[in-house]
Amino acid sequence: MPLDTSLVRKEFKVIGQRVTRPDGIDKVTGRAKYGADAFAPGQLIALVLRSPHAHARIKKIDTSKAEKLAGVKAVITAADLPDHTGGDRGMRDILENCMARKKVLYDGHAVAAVAAVDERTAKEALKLIRVDYEILPHVTEVDEALKPGAPLLHDDIFTDGIEPKPTKSSNFIKQAEYGHGDIEAGFAEADFIIEKSYKTEQTHQGYIEPHSCLANVSPDGTAELWVCTQGHFVYRNQCATLLGMEANKLRVTASEIGGGFGGKTHLWAEPLALALSRKANRPVKLTMSREEVFRCTGPTSSSSIDIKIGARNDGTITAAFAELRYQNGAFPFTWAEFGAMTAWACYDFKNVKSVSKDVVLNRPKCAAYRAPSAPIAAFAVESTMDMVAYKIGMDPIELRIKNAAKQGSKSSYGPVYGPIGIGPTLEAAKNHPHWKAPLGKNMGRGMACGFWFNFGGQTCVDVNVTPDGNVTVAVGTIDVGGSRASLAMAVAEELGVKYDNVRVIVADTSSLGHNDMTDGSRGTFSSSMAAIDASRKAVTNLRERAAKTWEIPVEDVEWADGEATPKGDKYGNLKTLTLKDLAAGAGHTGGPIAGHSEIVADGAGVSFGTHICDVEVDMETGRSLIKRYTVIQDAGKAMHPSYVEGQYQGGAAQGIGWALNEEYVYGKNGRLQNAGFLDYRIPVCSDLPMIDTLILEIPNPHHPYGVRGVGETPIVPPLGAIGNAISHATGVRQTHVPMSPPRVLKSLKGK
Amino acid sequence: MALLVSTTINGDKVEYACQPDESLLDVLRNRLGLTGAKEGCGTGDCGACSVMLDGRLTCSCLVLGAEMDGKSLQTIEGMADGAVLHPLQKNFIDHAALQCGICTPGFLMAAQALLRKNPDPSEEEIRFGLAGNLCRCTGYDKIVRAVQATATELKLAKRSA
Repeated sequence: MPLDTSLVRKEFKVIGQRVTRPDGIDKVTGRAKYGADAFAPGQLIALVLRSPHAHARIKKIDTSKAEKLAGVKAVITAADLPDHTGGDRGMRDILENCMARKKVLYDGHAVAAVAAVDERTAKEALKLIRVDYEILPHVTEVDEALKPGAPLLHDDIFTDGIEPKPTKSSNFIKQAEYGHGDIEAGFAEADFIIEKSYKTEQTHQGYIEPHSCLANVSPDGTAELWVCTQGHFVYRNQCATLLGMEANKLRVTASEIGGGFGGKTHLWAEPLALALSRKANRPVKLTMSREEVFRCTGPTSSSSIDIKIGARNDGTITAAFAELRYQNGAFPFTWAEFGAMTAWACYDFKNVKSVSKDVVLNRPKCAAYRAPSAPIAAFAVESTMDMVAYKIGMDPIELRIKNAAKQGSKSSYGPVYGPIGIGPTLEAAKNHPHWKAPLGKNMGRGMACGFWFNFGGQTCVDVNVTPDGNVTVAVGTIDVGGSRASLAMAVAEELGVKYDNVRVIVADTSSLGHNDMTDGSRGTFSSSMAAIDASRKAVTNLRERAAKTWEIPVEDVEWADGEATPKGDKYGNLKTLTLKDLAAGAGHTGGPIAGHSEIVADGAGVSFGTHICDVEVDMETGRSLIKRYTVIQDAGKAMHPSYVEGQYQGGAAQGIGWALNEEYVYGKNGRLQNAGFLDYRIPVCSDLPMIDTLILEIPNPHHPYGVRGVGETPIVPPLGAIGNAISHATGVRQTHVPMSPPRVLKSLKGK
Repeated sequence: MALLVSTTINGDKVEYACQPDESLLDVLRNRLGLTGAKEGCGTGDCGACSVMLDGRLTCSCLVLGAEMDGKSLQTIEGMADGAVLHPLQKNFIDHAALQCGICTPGFLMAAQALLRKNPDPSEEEIRFGLAGNLCRCTGYDKIVRAVQATATELKLAKRSA
């Protein structure tokens, strides 16, 4: 049953304040326990042997010498991970990505793993494993991988979405189309047409904490897994499947998470730790090195995109078309399709179409990265929109306001929008002092918009009242950036108690029902929905206890400000019952007081943002410096404004890194050349200015407080905004991300 | 063969045995249970393992445990005075200067080192002073503000003292 949103609240006592987060002290004193901070008595250290080849057939693996080394307790290969996936292609790909079976498909693909008494012994053991490879031709560029005759990764991919379905396998996974209207007719009505092609390079989420887990499999078939993850229930379910276990036998406890941004929604090496523990009959700790994180956990796609926009001289867009080719790494998914869905989502065009082409090639399996695929598409779309505006001499914000989607617009990916924030963020941008501020020498200003769907999903929350009248809350969504504070606020708001009286924990997988991952900007959105639902059930429970105590009908009991009062004059002599009173007497009124909620959190409101940035370009070196940056985004309702601002700022900073520096560099040999933070350079403090934020609140009608997810949208506009700013500063349209100094310099020379 | 090392950590005398090739970070984390210093890269690029070594900001992944004989170390675990947080720690919480928190111990060490050297830093000096530490969550805005607020507080406290 959908949660009652007829009680959408407008006035709040707790929500909207900037309370202190419950995990703050642990995190500033070094007490907080992350993935690598757990130790078990007798634990072994695991290391993984990885392919040095981009594409090769595994002829033979000889582990005998490694097994004989003193201190080595287990060695595994794919033979120790039999296929329990029962024909599920997605699960089989996860299994094969965790440990190569017949072929290695990218530089870094796992081929064997060892568990030994210490790290030095494990390192020695890796050197003793002999793998005979038959090296195959490889391909690491998306347009190359699409060509006929390109090296073939899988012999069972026959392009979906093309009629008739090909009978010959290829690297082309799927073609999909979105849009409406008649673009050919639209282009015929245009006064002019702009066509442009773009490229974006591959970037990594770059979380500072490498993947780490501690697995402990008991001979009785039960197991414990401590792991840094964005979704411990999903890890539980998938690990159980891959190891042939029943899900209830595997208890997964999530550590504090040192960043994820989508990269910790996928399994990478956790099944290997479990398999090693099972084989060695000892706890096994597996922690990746930074190099492994870059080489073999999922970055986001690199891409190649063509855009065509037809417009009239008054700024009416008559037709818009995009073809988006994204690589998925070595395993099939639909990342380009996400790009096709999001590309035009900010706009209300009569004729619009996007076509996606998803491709596999010899790079690591692509993973979700914060609004996955959308920043790439937005770069191409927002750059071309900027060209339209400048061609007709129209303010680029005005052009977007004229064409912006609004309530009732049919989105380019299908659904009709409810109340949305694109128009308001554009109006706010137009009126922002930043948009009118003077620019210095060699500076350019750019703006761009961005969209993300947001997600709800399966969610489960328990609210329990302790005998002393305080409140514990167990949630199942990982706290990636302060959500425990927001969820405690929601419960405090509903129960009418102080924030400090509510304590939220992330429960393990045996203590709560299944929860989907913290992805799709759903953590605070979905768990607050469930926490509010559970709290309201607890309030009903509390009113019943008061009614029982007073021996009056429950309908005559009101709950406000943390206490029960009888309605009306007829009960004039009854003393109010506080939460504390009712908790103390719970043993006599029906037992523990609690509220539980199990929901599918439907109705995640779509999210829009508009960014403005000023960039100064050094014309001699091509280096770009961000001088001023403003993020404007609709939050629906900002439960904890500091952490909403934090999402805006952090997303923008990641986008800035992507726009200016970050990229995977592959050599001709198919090996990653820059698998470290020195050569894969993410922004440091001195690279950035303060990042100004403006939170708009256009309530999401499907959430009891109006909340929308906020985490992902902020990374969508920066590539386009910065591209537009550099294009204006240099007078050369930038079409290739990242716009690193050599690339910008090269574009200046071709001027 | 393991070496025996006698050192001072957060004011306490500590003795440990370690291998000659073991980093200080591994000793702190794996032998002494001081897991506040984090390994983000192991190559000195991210600063998450920062400690104070004889009063100097140091990546503990870049020095050896065996080199610590007779030295004095301060780690994040020694920053607060018992239950009383250092003003930087308090301001990081109050200014929401952390999201995931994995980089926070390193940033606190670096910020403390910066303010000791330069009690009145400009925004630019703060940004360059903290440029050896990576944060992927915050975009640094709130970190810089937390350090600015601390510098102001410490100046006021000094003036009134």
